[in-house]
Amino acid sequence: MATVKGRIVIDTERCKGCQLCAPACKEGTIAMSKNLNSKGYQFATSINDDCTGCINCALVCPDGAITVYRVKLN
Amino acid sequence: MQDTLTDAQICQPENMVYCRTALMTQAPLSYCPGCGHGTAHRLIMEVIEEMKMQANTIGVAPVGCSVLAYDFLDIDMQQAAHGRAPAVATGIKRLYPDKFVFTYQGDGDLAAIGTGETIHACNRGENITIFFVNNGIYGMTGGQMAPTTLPGMKTATSPFGRDTETMGHPLKITELIANLPGTYFVSRQSVHTPANVRKAKKAIEKAIQYQKLNKGLNFVEIVSNCNSGWKMTPLESNKWMEENMFPFYPLGDIKVPK
Ligand SMILES: Cc1ncc(C[n+]2csc(CCOP(=O)(O)OP(=O)(O)O)c2C)c(N)n1
Ligand code: SF4
Ligand code: SF4
Ligand code: SF4
Ligand SMILES: [Mg+2]
Repeated sequence: MATVKGRIVIDTERCKGCQLCAPACKEGTIAMSKNLNSKGYQFATSINDDCTGCINCALVCPDGAITVYRVKLN
Repeated sequence: MQDTLTDAQICQPENMVYCRTALMTQAPLSYCPGCGHGTAHRLIMEVIEEMKMQANTIGVAPVGCSVLAYDFLDIDMQQAAHGRAPAVATGIKRLYPDKFVFTYQGDGDLAAIGTGETIHACNRGENITIFFVNNGIYGMTGGQMAPTTLPGMKTATSPFGRDTETMGHPLKITELIANLPGTYFVSRQSVHTPANVRKAKKAIEKAIQYQKLNKGLNFVEIVSNCNSGWKMTPLESNKWMEENMFPFYPLGDIKVPK
């Protein structure tokens, strides 16, 4: 069982739907939403609870749209 | 029991491990989706924040897609005429030797119209730092051929691919300036994968820290994508960059202090 749990929060208005974050995530946590933001971009969204809070997705996001949280489980 | 933590329990300020640095302004970036300029901006600002240098930094913005960098980077900035950023930065640094002074330039700005300013600032050993974003094209003006465009690469002004017989060879300006005695630290990086972002940040840290030594010019090239100019999706452009740009512009340190 994972000893850490992570969550990402995506600023969907800042996101430009470039898709760079999705393959950066080894946990397959990120996919593109079917919905559009106000600029017409298909924004990124979290699709599972497997996030480990590794921050890889946030590192490659050119628009700084991803905030990452992580908690240690004992 | 802890396995049933709710999103709200996890997403607490004390659990935050990454967020966009406050040294990036709230303005939405004017860059195309997936463009490396945004990541390059953020890394520079993260380092300046971590080193607590916000009030002590002056940046010089170029002409090119990053012409509006002063709207995005929450530090003192001056915008320079096309290619002249190293000359402007020279003046600023000589007037304010205690400030951290850097330029941020594209390849058209730094290696075409500004070649003279670049080479001479490097050769004079100005105590400035240059961040050079090389996407092998004039992004802003619609994807024309640049001195850095690869052989065979198609652009708006080389629609059949760059023919080196008639259009000359791509210029490895970073290797060129590394040979000048005035440069202290020269490195080439990229920002398209998490591992590369981490390495690029380390190089940026060094290029900022070394300025305090007054030993000469510090230079970090970031080989980047221009998915609009290259007419690819962001993911395709990063793959193309790995397969075509990196063999010609290999990543790594080019000149390190002894
Ligand atoms: C004196 C002058 N000549 C030409 C231009 C037109 N111009 C604007 S940006 C640019 C090239 C920008 O390319 P680069 O520096 O590679 O930046 P990028 O947009 O690719 O990041 C050119 C030629 C100009 N603005 N001023
Ligand atoms: S923080 Fe890591 S595990 Fe979580 S979504 Fe981002 S890349 Fe995936
Ligand atoms: S990398 Fe950033 S801008 Fe691109 S899709 Fe992911 S969250 Fe959106
Ligand atoms: S034109 Fe190219 S360099 Fe300019 S913002 Fe778009 S992708 Fe980036
Ligand atoms: Mg360019």
